[in-house]
Amino acid sequence: MSSGLVNIAYLIAASLFIFGLKGLSHPRTAVRGNQLGALGMLLAIVITLVDQSIIGYEIIIAGVVIGGAIGAILAVRIQMTAMPELVALFNGFGGLASILVAGAALLEVPYLVGSGSVALNAQFSLSIFASGLIGAVTFWGSLVAFGKLQGKVNDGAVRYPADQLVKILLAIIALVFAYLMVIYPDSATPYWLMVAVASVLGILFVIPIGGADMPVVVALLNSFSGLAAAATGFVLFNTVLIVAGTLVGASGIILTIIMCKAMNRSLTNVLFGTFTVTEGGPSADEVYGGKVKSTSAEEVAMLLEGAKRVCVVPGYGMAVAQAQHAVRELFDLLEGNGTVVEFGVHPVAGRMPGHMNVLLAEADIPYERLKDMDEINPNFKQIDVTIIIGANDVVNPVARTDPDSPIAGMPILDVDYSKTVVVIKRSLSPGFAGIPNPLFAADNALMFFGDGKKAVEDMVKSLKDELG
Amino acid sequence: MDSFAMVFTIFVLAAFIGFEVIAKVPPTLHTPLMSGSNAISGIILIGAILSAGAQHTWLSAGLGFIAVVLATINVVGGFMVTNRMLEMFKRKD
Repeated sequence: MSSGLVNIAYLIAASLFIFGLKGLSHPRTAVRGNQLGALGMLLAIVITLVDQSIIGYEIIIAGVVIGGAIGAILAVRIQMTAMPELVALFNGFGGLASILVAGAALLEVPYLVGSGSVALNAQFSLSIFASGLIGAVTFWGSLVAFGKLQGKVNDGAVRYPADQLVKILLAIIALVFAYLMVIYPDSATPYWLMVAVASVLGILFVIPIGGADMPVVVALLNSFSGLAAAATGFVLFNTVLIVAGTLVGASGIILTIIMCKAMNRSLTNVLFGTFTVTEGGPSADEVYGGKVKSTSAEEVAMLLEGAKRVCVVPGYGMAVAQAQHAVRELFDLLEGNGTVVEFGVHPVAGRMPGHMNVLLAEADIPYERLKDMDEINPNFKQIDVTIIIGANDVVNPVARTDPDSPIAGMPILDVDYSKTVVVIKRSLSPGFAGIPNPLFAADNALMFFGDGKKAVEDMVKSLKDELG
Repeated sequence: MDSFAMVFTIFVLAAFIGFEVIAKVPPTLHTPLMSGSNAISGIILIGAILSAGAQHTWLSAGLGFIAVVLATINVVGGFMVTNRMLEMFKRKD
């Protein structure tokens, strides 16, 4: 098949990816969009398979069958609460595949040059360098992120002396290998040494980032996995690799920016900064002392029975407690009683962008009821009861009131404006920011201590009794 | 236009399109967007297929094979899990 036809097919595939992503702009068109993307992928694969340089299909078929089976099993079996882990893992696989493809291209140099498809110049070497570097940082960074999300790696902000210096040194060493790659363009040794250095860099890059900052890291690594593929596209002069990889790169960058804005922090601060836990702030005793009111399922049920408008604010705690199905039961009961129930979702609630929305959608909550922060915030004054499940820093009014607080200026859900706030939480322990939350001691706040799922189930039971 | 300038042009234009299109994705769909883009970055499968199929050396074919497995996991797993999530978001009648 002529390379002209192949490139036209690649153009159609790239267009299908763009239409597919466009479909994701609304839940109604999203399923079709995803199918268009899959169709584009199928077209790109089939066209590549008829490429004349392919002499044997056995290895390809074996790889596709094995990979396809693993992918399908993962996709069907995965729990929705484990989506951040799965996305982290997929990011990593993409990175590793880019390392291997670029490494294979180096081995194929004599043939690629012989056939005239690439020229052995600095651009070739640097593209291979970029694939390996971004790929290795993505792969190892994603594995660490995966470990942190699983709780197998310390998910705190792990720091050590001179950590920034170590990272800078490693980056310089990687650049030295890049120079060697340009000088010896057909040698594979500097490439693999560089990959080894970049691997260490990838691990050190994610290790110091704490659990609550995971949405930023997962989004950024998502972007990297695309950029690694785009870099490999520069190696192979393959347009569909460049376009598709760049689309993913752009998507990840946008999500990263949204996540950073939602925390009122710069990307540099999230990645390299020390999250300053201020000393001088008020202590937990000063904030809570004698002012915290504890409540019961019966009391909450009475409040809810008379409420016209209820807002539920989910946080990572809801995912941990797997409380989404209990929440759905509460939603049904309240809606049946004529109460309007909405959900206020903070952009960084959970461990990845959109984490809460997926859990609530899994529990069959209609998406129209899932409100962004900007959408729900003006409404809190009209809301009778707000129920917070396992969220803390994103509802801490200190972000508005105390300019010296570590979360000062972070956009929050203004839950304290609603008539009554019920906070479901195991204890008064602080969130990731490490500061007490005056909301818990506010006049209109009631604390419901306990496990998220159990607490909501108790509320459902009491409300059923109440409604007869 | 030399060949590098050409592919670089494609790269920059694709980035602009990406920013335009993805800025319109609502926060509700950010998780499916990420898993869907996982699937799209599985496009590296194209490169993997070329290495595994050309079989210039045993080693390059071997690297290609592993890359085919990994990329296919992303493509198949990514599109399937995204579909599973998006079905949940569909309006229930």
